[in-house]
Amino acid sequence: MIRKSYFRSIAVGSTLLWITVFVVVPYVFVVLFSFLTRDPEGIVSWIFTVKNYREIVSPVFLKVCRNSFLLALGTTVITLFAAYPFAFVLSRVNRRLQRILILLMIIPFWTSSLIRTYALIILFKANGILNTFLLYLGLIDQPLNILYTQVAVFIGLVYTLLPFMILPLYSSIQKLDRTMIEAARDLGATSKNIFFKIILPLTMPGIIAGSTMVFLPALGLFYIPDLLGGARSMLIGNFIKNQFLTTGNWPLGSAASVVLTLVMFLFIYGYFLSSRRAHTSGMEGMP
Amino acid sequence: MADVLIRNVVKRFGKVEVVHGVNLEFYDNEFIVLVGPSGCGKSTILRMIAGLEKITEGEILIDGKVINDVAPKDRGIAMVFQNYALYPHMNVFNNMSFGLKLSKKPKEEIAKRVNEVAAILELGGLLHRKPYELSGGQRQRVAMGRAMVRNPSIFLFDEPLSNLDAKLRTQMRTEIKLLHQKVQSSIIYVTHDQVEAMTLADRIVVMHDGYIEQVGAPIELFEKPANTFVAGFIGSPPMNLVPARITRAATGLQLEFNDKLSIPIPAKPGAEVADGQEVIMGIRTEDFAIDITTNGFPDEWKVEGIVEVVEPLGGETNMHMDMQGVKFTARSEGRRIIRVGEKLRLALNLNHLHIFDAETTRSIY
Repeated sequence: MIRKSYFRSIAVGSTLLWITVFVVVPYVFVVLFSFLTRDPEGIVSWIFTVKNYREIVSPVFLKVCRNSFLLALGTTVITLFAAYPFAFVLSRVNRRLQRILILLMIIPFWTSSLIRTYALIILFKANGILNTFLLYLGLIDQPLNILYTQVAVFIGLVYTLLPFMILPLYSSIQKLDRTMIEAARDLGATSKNIFFKIILPLTMPGIIAGSTMVFLPALGLFYIPDLLGGARSMLIGNFIKNQFLTTGNWPLGSAASVVLTLVMFLFIYGYFLSSRRAHTSGMEGMP
Repeated sequence: MADVLIRNVVKRFGKVEVVHGVNLEFYDNEFIVLVGPSGCGKSTILRMIAGLEKITEGEILIDGKVINDVAPKDRGIAMVFQNYALYPHMNVFNNMSFGLKLSKKPKEEIAKRVNEVAAILELGGLLHRKPYELSGGQRQRVAMGRAMVRNPSIFLFDEPLSNLDAKLRTQMRTEIKLLHQKVQSSIIYVTHDQVEAMTLADRIVVMHDGYIEQVGAPIELFEKPANTFVAGFIGSPPMNLVPARITRAATGLQLEFNDKLSIPIPAKPGAEVADGQEVIMGIRTEDFAIDITTNGFPDEWKVEGIVEVVEPLGGETNMHMDMQGVKFTARSEGRRIIRVGEKLRLALNLNHLHIFDAETTRSIY
C-alpha cells in the first residue's frame, strides 16, 4: 500500500510540477502583464492599468477577431466535409487497409508542421512543383497563382488539421452498431433517412469533438496564414506574435492572449456540456 | 399471416458457402424455430428472409410471391434484433414509431397504434424514456413493440433472448409465446438454445453446417430424432450415444458393447438392423430406472454399474455411471440419496431405444 501511494504521489506530483512551472507560472505572468503599462525602454513598467483591454475593444482588433473566427470556421467546415466520408470508409475497410491508412495519416506528424508548411510553399510557388507539373501536362498556360492567397491558407490549415478531424470521427463512426442501420432498413428507411436520422445523430459526439479539435487550433495557428497567405490579413495569432516580437508591446499582447484563452475556454466548456448531454439524453425527438 | 416458401436457397459469402440448397415451408400463423450451433446458417436464412442478405441462388416466396428482389420494407416482415438495435438518441415512443413515421402515416394514427402496442407490452409509462433508462427486459419489449406497431405478417426474431439473464429469459419466453397467441402472425425465430426451441416452437428446424438435419414438432424431434446430431442436440442432458456392434444371440439381435455388456434389441417393425452392423446406440438419461421389483422391466434389460459422478439438481439427480466398462449418464429421482462408488442395478427402458447407423449417423431403429 505504501509503495502504491508513493508511486501515486510521484506520478501526480511530477506532472503537477511540470504544469506549474511551464504553464501556470508563465500564464500568471501573462495575466499580470496584461494589466501593466508598456515601457519603451524595458519590457513593462509596474503601473497598473486596464488600458490594454480598452485598446483591444477597438475596431481594428475586432476585425482581426472576425477574420480569425471566419478562417477557423471555414477550416472546420471544409475539414468536416473532407473527413467524414474518409472516416466512414476507413471504418468499413478491412483491418489491414485500415492500419495502412491510419499510418499514412500519422506519418506527417513525424515532421514539424512548420517544415511541412514550407514544403507547401515549394509546392505552390509560381515556378513550384505543382505549376511546373500542370504546365508540363499542358493543362494550364500560365502558372496558377495559389501562393499568398486565401486559397493557400485554407489548403495549409485543412492539410495540417485534417487528422484531428478524422480520428474522432473515425472512432465514433466505428462505434456505430451495424444492426442500427439494418433495423432502419427493416423499418423502411431510405439511405437518406438512415444517414440523417440515424448515422448523423449517432456520430454527433465525433463531429463535435473533431470540430473542437480543428476550430481551436485554427484560431491560434499564426504561422500558416503568415507563410502561405503572405500576411495579408491580420489574425489573432499574428496580432499577438507581433505585439511580443515586433512592436514590443507585451502588455497588449498579453491582454489579447487572455481574451483568446477565455474564448477558447468558452468553446471547450460548450463542448463539455454538449458531449455530456449527448451521453445522457441524446437528441430529443424527430421532426 | 403469411406462408413462406424457401426453395433451393444457397448462400455464399465470397467463395465460402454457408447455406447449401435449403428447402423449407412455413405455414400461416406458425411459430417456427430455427435452431443449431453457431455458424450453422440459421441466422443467414433469417436475414435472407428479412432482405438484409442477398440470396445467392434459389428463391424465397412469401404468400406465393418471389421476394428475392423486393425491398425489406415491402416484404411485410418485421425483425427483432439480438442486441435490440434501439436508437439511443430517441425515446421509446420515437423508437416504436420510427417505421410508421417513415411510411408517412398520419400523426393521430401513429400515436394510437403506438399506445395500443405499448399497453399490450406494459410499456405505457415508459414512452418518454430513453433506451439507456430501461432494464434489459424493457428494452427487449420495446424492440418487440417496434416490430408489432407495423402489423407485420411475419415476425423475425434473431436470438432475441441471448442478452438476458437466465431468469428474465424464462419470463420473456413466456411473453413471446403470449404475444404469438395475441397477434396471430407467423413467427420465425432463431436461437442456439434447444430449450427455447422446444418451449416456443410449433415446429423446429434443426440446422447444422448449412444443412437442415430435421424438421418437426418439438416432441417428434425428441422422440424420433432422425440422426445422431439431432439426438444429441435436442434434450438436456443430451442423449447417451454409444458405439456398438449388432450381433445375433440365441434370443435374437443384440447390441454388443464389449465382451461384458450386451443389450437385447426388442423386435420392432421397420427396423433396419442386421447382424454384424456397426451402429451408435442412443438412450436418453430419463430412460434409466433404478431397479426395484415393481417397475416391471424384464431382467435382460437390467445392467449393473458403479456411480462415478453425482450431480444433484434437486428434483432429479444425474448419475455418471460406469456400466460394465461403458459410460452412461442416467437420471434418478432427486430425493433418493446416491453416493459416489455405489453399486446400482439399472433397468434400461428399451421401449425408447434408438439405434443409428455408425457411418451415415441416420436413425435405423
